[in-house]
Amino acid sequence: MTELAATDPLPKPKRDIAPILLPIAVALVMIPLIGSPSTWLTLTAASLAMGMMIFIMASGLTLVFGLMDVLNFGHGAFIAVGAYVATLVLAPFATSLQVDSLWMNLAVLAPAALLSMAVSGALGLIVERVLILPVYGQHLKQILMTTGGLIVAEQTLYAVWGPQIIPTPLPTSLRGSFILGDVAIAKYRVLATLIGLAVFIAIQLVLNRTKLGLLIRAGVENREMVEALGYRIRRLFLGVFMTGSALAGLGGVMWALYREQVHASMSDDLTVLIFIVVIIGGLGSIGGCFIGAILVAMIANYGGFLVPKLALVSNILLMVAILMWRPRGLYAVTSR
Amino acid sequence: MMILSGDPPRNRMLTLVLVLIILALLATPFLFPGAKALNVAAKICVFAALVASYDLLLGYTGSVSFAHTMFYGIGSYAIAIALYGMGPHWGAVATGIVVGLPLAALLALAIGLFSLRVAAIFFAMITLAVASAFQVLASQLSWLTGGEDGRSFQLPELLRPGTVLISKNVLGFEFNGRILTYYLVFAVSALMILALLRVVNSPFGRVLQAIRENRFRAEALGFRTVFHLSYANCIAALVAAGAGILNALWLRYAGPDTSLSFSIMLDILLMVVIGGMGTIYGAIIGATIFILAQNYLQSLMGVASKAASEAGLPLLPGLLHPDRWLLWLGLLFIASVYFFPTGVVGRLRNLGSDKSAGSSH
Repeated sequence: MTELAATDPLPKPKRDIAPILLPIAVALVMIPLIGSPSTWLTLTAASLAMGMMIFIMASGLTLVFGLMDVLNFGHGAFIAVGAYVATLVLAPFATSLQVDSLWMNLAVLAPAALLSMAVSGALGLIVERVLILPVYGQHLKQILMTTGGLIVAEQTLYAVWGPQIIPTPLPTSLRGSFILGDVAIAKYRVLATLIGLAVFIAIQLVLNRTKLGLLIRAGVENREMVEALGYRIRRLFLGVFMTGSALAGLGGVMWALYREQVHASMSDDLTVLIFIVVIIGGLGSIGGCFIGAILVAMIANYGGFLVPKLALVSNILLMVAILMWRPRGLYAVTSR
Repeated sequence: MMILSGDPPRNRMLTLVLVLIILALLATPFLFPGAKALNVAAKICVFAALVASYDLLLGYTGSVSFAHTMFYGIGSYAIAIALYGMGPHWGAVATGIVVGLPLAALLALAIGLFSLRVAAIFFAMITLAVASAFQVLASQLSWLTGGEDGRSFQLPELLRPGTVLISKNVLGFEFNGRILTYYLVFAVSALMILALLRVVNSPFGRVLQAIRENRFRAEALGFRTVFHLSYANCIAALVAAGAGILNALWLRYAGPDTSLSFSIMLDILLMVVIGGMGTIYGAIIGATIFILAQNYLQSLMGVASKAASEAGLPLLPGLLHPDRWLLWLGLLFIASVYFFPTGVVGRLRNLGSDKSAGSSH
């Protein structure tokens, strides 16, 4: 054994890169199957954009579980609320969304997204205090309570906005595609990918480079120890929960623009989707969630192109395959 | 005592209520003439069995499954497709049962082995995902399932309303095939509930409770928890499919709204929680309260909504609209999980035990 000086860096934990290679491998395998490279590029870009949106929605769920062992079945409600709140801003300013100027459009979209995040974050505060605090530490009751919360939120949306579908057309400057040779990539998808990447990088930076992130990661490892050191982990958790809810709201706005419509039942479909993503990624892992979201989106896009019939069950098959390989998800969070 | 597997209601009030419910259900065809009362009674029977089977999972093993309506739907669709495709005779009924029940059990086994093997916490999420995929599948395979419209079918001769078994001048009312079907539903539901009582009071049921209380410890005692949980999952699925068969026979129809929708899953959850988790008897109480409320309170909501809109109140008409029934259900659900998690049965039993403890002092 060699002596280690105090200044020597700590031995780095081994990087587990197999999950990172997986989506790349999937994409490469698809090239010969799809045949035309331009179609492949378009589909890959579409998968990336869809994956980023799913990631934004799912990241809060996985963080909340990782930090406090709380399984929130009502996470989908934040997504729907975010989307509906955005329509409050988007509808009155519909005319300035029609103007073909990126800055004019963004000047409406940005406040809409911020308002959505604020409202769903505030809703997160209420949900955490009212629904989750009393049943903290009891999985069974958490699932029941948050399921009840999801129903109440969804039905309130129906009562306030009515059962009809609300159209949310894309702003003029984000319509259409960038054409590179014979490859067409929709402009909105580029924007969605950029926002998703920014959120991912921001979460990674906060978790790995700040004291707050250090505390969160320490809390995931050993909650009691962090409390014993004098930090109020409950408050930390509330912050994470609100951030997760706000991100879900942002995801809801982006999803609404992607689908160009808002409906109260969108929370149901998306809840299932983000559950599959966080299970694939390993509950509590942000990196796993990111890869899981991209994989789910890839399966949806490639699968929808190659075998449309399979699209109904493809997510389940993907989940089965991943869990056969790694029973606790791509990146298992060790403490649970 | 034998028939209740040595697990009586253990409370005088509770016994009285249960006996009243069962007598009322038995006497519905004579006491309350009319199609609606009989429909409500049949629905109570079917749901009591369905909810009791869910209680085996939620109350006795402590695992939340969102796929219970899937098994219910498999039973409904199996009998509907068989009777639709093969014509109204008993062979088709038998085929539906022989295909539906094993299919439900196998699917339950597959889900159980798969999701319980990886991590118990995944169970609720995986069942939700599988159930939603199944729902989409059922509405997409319209050549088989009839899509969103579902399948209506004819019953065998003996069970049709037109078949008069005992004419009106013998008993004072007509005993027809419809009433026979009702008693069939009642008897099979009762048998399934008694069988579930037998299961939860067997050594196997005790192991399930041990797993619920402390899975790690149960495993340390040498019980193969995955085996026990999968087995419980299969039994619950079988009973759910059985309830689905009864439901389809009663309605002469199977479709996504009556047998697969997520709102039925919520109804089941609510009935279990209201009645009392982990008691089996709670299923009967919960189903009765809930279905009576659903059938008779919803019309009251309509009246209240109208009154509110005539009074010119804002927002209230929308909130009280009968379509918003689920909103109040959700609130009730949260309140009952929070304020009385042991349900009606647990409450009554606690009251009883408090009194007897007080009198012994």
